[in-house]
Amino acid sequence: MTLALALEQLLNGIQLGVMLFLMAAGLTLIFGVMGLINLAHGSLYMVGAFACAAVAAWTGSFWLGLIASLACAAAAGAIVELAVIRRLYDRDHLDQVLATFALILIFSEGTRWLFGDFPLYLDIPALLQGVVTLPGDATYPVYRLAIIAVGALIALGLYLLIGKTRLGMRIRAGESDREMIGALGVDIRTLYTLVFALGSALAGLAGALVGALQSVQVGMGEPVLILAFVVIVIGGIGSIKGALYGALLVGVTDTLGRFLLPQLLALFVDPSQAGMIGGAMASMLIYVVMAVILAVKPRGLFPPAHA
Amino acid sequence: MKKMLAAATMALSLGASGLAMAEPLKIGMITTLSGGGAGLGVDTRDGFMLAIKEAGNKDITVVTEDDAQKPELAVQIADKMIQSDQVDVLTGIVWSNLLMAVVPGAVAQGKFYVSTNAAPAALAGQGCNKLYFNAAYQNDNLHEAMGEYANKTYKKMFILAPNYPAGKDSLTGFKRYYKGELAGEVYTKVGQTDYAAEIAQMRASGADGIFVFLPGGMGIAFMKQFAQSGVKIPVMGPGFSFSQDVLPAIGDAALGAKASGQWAPDFDTDVSKKFTADFQKEYNRLPSIYAVQAYDAAQLILSAAAKASVKDADAFRNELLKADIKSPRGNFKFNTNQHPIQDIYLTEVVKKDGVLTNKTVEKIFTDHGDAYAKDCKI
Repeated sequence: MTLALALEQLLNGIQLGVMLFLMAAGLTLIFGVMGLINLAHGSLYMVGAFACAAVAAWTGSFWLGLIASLACAAAAGAIVELAVIRRLYDRDHLDQVLATFALILIFSEGTRWLFGDFPLYLDIPALLQGVVTLPGDATYPVYRLAIIAVGALIALGLYLLIGKTRLGMRIRAGESDREMIGALGVDIRTLYTLVFALGSALAGLAGALVGALQSVQVGMGEPVLILAFVVIVIGGIGSIKGALYGALLVGVTDTLGRFLLPQLLALFVDPSQAGMIGGAMASMLIYVVMAVILAVKPRGLFPPAHA
Repeated sequence: MKKMLAAATMALSLGASGLAMAEPLKIGMITTLSGGGAGLGVDTRDGFMLAIKEAGNKDITVVTEDDAQKPELAVQIADKMIQSDQVDVLTGIVWSNLLMAVVPGAVAQGKFYVSTNAAPAALAGQGCNKLYFNAAYQNDNLHEAMGEYANKTYKKMFILAPNYPAGKDSLTGFKRYYKGELAGEVYTKVGQTDYAAEIAQMRASGADGIFVFLPGGMGIAFMKQFAQSGVKIPVMGPGFSFSQDVLPAIGDAALGAKASGQWAPDFDTDVSKKFTADFQKEYNRLPSIYAVQAYDAAQLILSAAAKASVKDADAFRNELLKADIKSPRGNFKFNTNQHPIQDIYLTEVVKKDGVLTNKTVEKIFTDHGDAYAKDCKI
């Protein structure tokens, strides 16, 4: 194994992690502030991807598609919050899971009804096509680097928003004591809708960015949703910082596991067997990591102080 | 009252079986109509229903249900179809892991199963069954053809498939014919959507060719990411990797890719041309390989139903075995293990009138059976 390959795989891991962060940030924000388990978060990811693919196909511009994905996912999130989620805050988590699971089915069938059964086409914009050369003579796709950059910007933006603005202060206050902040005259209902739309927009953005890398199809959100839940559990539920570190940990562990485990096993058994067993072990790896972290720190790496 | 009804139904059905030809036949189709694999299931359903519609036989009914690509759901549906819908023949499952969950139970209850796609090795050799027919191929076949083709030009292949029964059959089949060296052999998770780690390995492996078996959305993701990665090694695969259901979503990244198939939309026979035209007219898109396989499965069931009663399992089976159909594929007959013997071709992805499709290049195998038939004792 060369240094170049190791570097490339590390970048792949970070890129996967950044993408997971966009999903997990919204999920953890919604859970932290509203105490709501939102299984339909993956559907908003799908909405973003479909909006981007449809608008890009219609206008020929990926960038307009990207804007559409943000707008559509945020709008879908706001509508869902007003119509359904709002009624669930006082219910227990089982009711929330049930209702948001129903939303998954509604979103999936609705999307199929609108766009048909076959995957949509979405290509990366001309500006981001091509590869860059890394040290050690490896090459890396520009688009994946761009995803890493977008993720870093969003992380910085969220840090500033939550830590330095009035809105962020209210979000943090809402997390700590929602009755008190209501009593102080903050319109908590609007705040919840806003947070939900923000989380949805981030999921939609992730969907659009990834849609150009893979197939835009119904049900694309659910596998990512499971990983995003792993991320927020590892990071500490409700913590944006935890979501960032958790996402990077999961992304890098998953990528390096897929790459290194079969090679490691190949030292002991024949390559075909090693591929099969290593592949199976690699898909379990992140769950093993999660179990270990929870055994050591039951509330995740960065549990919010108040909880 | 219930007893009386049951008795009456029994009497009716007994009476009906007296009339051999006009006997109603109920077909249960379990296929994937939602989720990432839906494109495959929809083509299966549409190809199957095209043949049923063309036959215009009112005594034949088809009940269709979506398995969502979940084995446990497929088993539930099969139980329901057998016990409450009382179907005579089951068909339609796309995925080998689902098929393995359903077929043993179905044939044990005396139902016929005619596969439109999945054909795991376990059911082709010692595990073969009189009531289980495969109208598509044996899982290894198309991969064997690519192994044979790779021998001509390539010395060091990197091969990749998902970690499930058909994925293992795939690489086994490829290696059965491929004589060169392997630069790598990788199994990925079923449903994996990011292949960056695998593509990096391909680049570093020094391979001169890449063989991938990734049906449905997995193939779309892989081909797009591969094209973006700047790796310039030629990619090939079995027909599913570049089938009509995924080509529009892959886009131009698929151009030039070589694949193997028992059929391609440009086949120059009257049967094939008519099938392609009818399918396009009915559904307004080009048919995929899955549509052809399902179309033939329906033709097989229809051909047997026209001559024998499904209640007489031996007679019905004998009629199925004759394979008295006009397949768009051309030559088609059954092997001793009730899997096809057919020709397999090399195809290439081209753009024709602005639409991506597969063009036939050459024949790789003539009258090709499978490696497991010799172990099948029926």
